[in-house]
This record gives sequence, C-alpha cells and structure tokens, in this order.
Amino acid sequence: MPNIPVVETILSVNDQLAEQNRKTLDDAGVLALNVMASPGGGKTTVIGKTIDALRDDVRIGVMDGDIVAIDLEGFAAQGIPVSLINTGGNCHLDANMVHNALPTMDLNALDLLIIENVGNLVCPAAFKLGSHINVVIASVPEGADKPYKYPAMFSGADVLLLNKMDLAEYMEFDVEYFRHGVEVLNPGVAFFPISCRTGEGLDAWIDWLRARLAEKAQPGA
Amino acid sequence: MHELAVTQSMLEIAVRHAEQAGAERITRLSIVIGELSSYVDDSVQFYWDLIAAGTIAEGAELAFTRVPAALRCNACGCTFPLSHERYACPQCGSEDVTVEGGQEFYLDSIDVDLPEPVESAG
Repeated sequence: MPNIPVVETILSVNDQLAEQNRKTLDDAGVLALNVMASPGGGKTTVIGKTIDALRDDVRIGVMDGDIVAIDLEGFAAQGIPVSLINTGGNCHLDANMVHNALPTMDLNALDLLIIENVGNLVCPAAFKLGSHINVVIASVPEGADKPYKYPAMFSGADVLLLNKMDLAEYMEFDVEYFRHGVEVLNPGVAFFPISCRTGEGLDAWIDWLRARLAEKAQPGA
Repeated sequence: MHELAVTQSMLEIAVRHAEQAGAERITRLSIVIGELSSYVDDSVQFYWDLIAAGTIAEGAELAFTRVPAALRCNACGCTFPLSHERYACPQCGSEDVTVEGGQEFYLDSIDVDLPEPVESAG
C-alpha cells in the first residue's frame, strides 16, 4: 500500500487565514492583542483599565468572543468601537471568526484592537488569530500551579499579567513557584503582577504596551 | 471540543495530498501529537468517524504518535519527562531547566490505494 509523506501542520488552514488577518491589520497600521485567561481571570476588567489609561491618545477598538454582548455594552457606552463575535458556546476563537469580524470595524480609525478570547486556558492556545501580541492573564485565586497544568497557554504568551495581586497574602500565593514555571516554559517573557482593584502594577503594563504601540507606529522598527 | 476544527483541517490536508497523488482511497493517517499541543486523540477519533464519512478517507485508520514533552537540565545535562507539579531536575535538583519537544502537531503521512495500473499494449 503506497505511503505518501505529508508533513503538514494540521492547523495550516487556520494559520493561513491568520496570516491574512495579520496583513489586513498591518495594512491599516493596527496593533492587535489576543487576550486570553480563565473565566473570571479579569479579561474584561483589564481591558477596561487599559482603555482608561490609553484612550486620550490611542484609538482603541474591542472585539469580544462571547455568547452575550454584556461585556461589550459597557465599552460601547464609552464610545469605544466594538464587535461581538458570537461564539455560540464555542471554546475558543479561531482565525476564521476574526476574519469574518474584521470588516465590521473601521480599522483605519484604530491604533489598537483588543480581541478578548473565550475564557479558557486550553483551546485558545492552539489557534492563531493573526494578532501581534498574545496577552495571557492569570489571577491569584486560580492558584500558583497554573503554568504547570496548562503549559501550552503559558509557553505561547508574549506578555503575562498576574492579576488580583491584592489577594496574594490571603491566598498564600507562591509567586516564586508560579514564576519559575513560567520562566521554564517561556524564558524571558514580559511579566507584570497587577491588581485592577488597587491599581498596583498597571502603570508598568501600560508603559510596556505603549512601547509596543510606538514600535508599530514606526515602520522598520 | 476544539478537536472538531482540527479534525476538519486534518481531513482537508489528507484529501488534498491524496488527490494530488491520484489516489482512490485513504486507508491510514499517521499523526504526530506533542504533549504540549493540547489535543486529545480520543476526541479526534470521535469526530473523525463522523467527518470522514462519505469521503475518500471514510474508514481510514488514525495512527497517533505521541511525543512526550521533556525537560533538559542545564546544570547536569540529563533529560527527564515534564511533570505537572514542579520543574526541577530529579538527578541534581537544579531548577535551571529547559523544555525540549512536545509542541508537535502535524500529519506525517498517509497510506492510500492507487488505481490499478492499466497495462498498455505496446
């Protein structure tokens, strides 16, 4: 029986669409974030704080993979352009969903597109969207063992936010244990412990993001 | 449930390569899955039986090769399986370790039936 060598990445169809999305975003000069976390990890709150800090001089849009529009309504009420990707209960966003949603937004009127993925530490790690930066948010109540249990998610992060740091002392959260797992999986990844409640650490995250926006605005940088 | 999308992609790739080779039927797919790629072969198999029905790959066997994720100790050089609790060398105790392998996820090859060669008279 003849054997045909293939050696093709199984997600190649998704990856090709992700490349197209990346080109669409680049042509419009938009920096796109893919924000991933567990349900309740703080995705929407972090996005809200990020918008508050940047909106005076950065044009921001939000795309949300969800089953209801409740998270987006708050942003829309503040005049932020939003697009709901109705996932119908799906466990992740993929490049095709983003591809279909991109035309609903006026990309030329944006500098930054924040894509809020489905709350899940497993499936979203496997699907490229065409975004530029994978933002992974972990939170203290989830426990310090998460990098060890969900290695794919943490090894694919470009920046890692550890949220709800104000709870660390009550939860006896072992930051060193957490960081060591992250560092082994993803050496040198940008890491910011934050608290959206107290504001701790948010300035460092915003500074980091501003630096990425500045790089994006300077072709060839 | 993300295995559904993955299984569709797998079928698309296999059929494309089989058609390029002029094959009539796909009988087997050899798939390499790394431990860190977060796919479950049982789920892929479940969707495969539904999705491949009615295609040239109907009934094809899925052969999975699982690649374990390993850690290498940068202090003593030994290699050991990835634990899901602690990343430290079992030999020397060093925590200076690096991940090696386990990210793989690809279709390695397919077995196919080709049409019977037509004997040409001349």
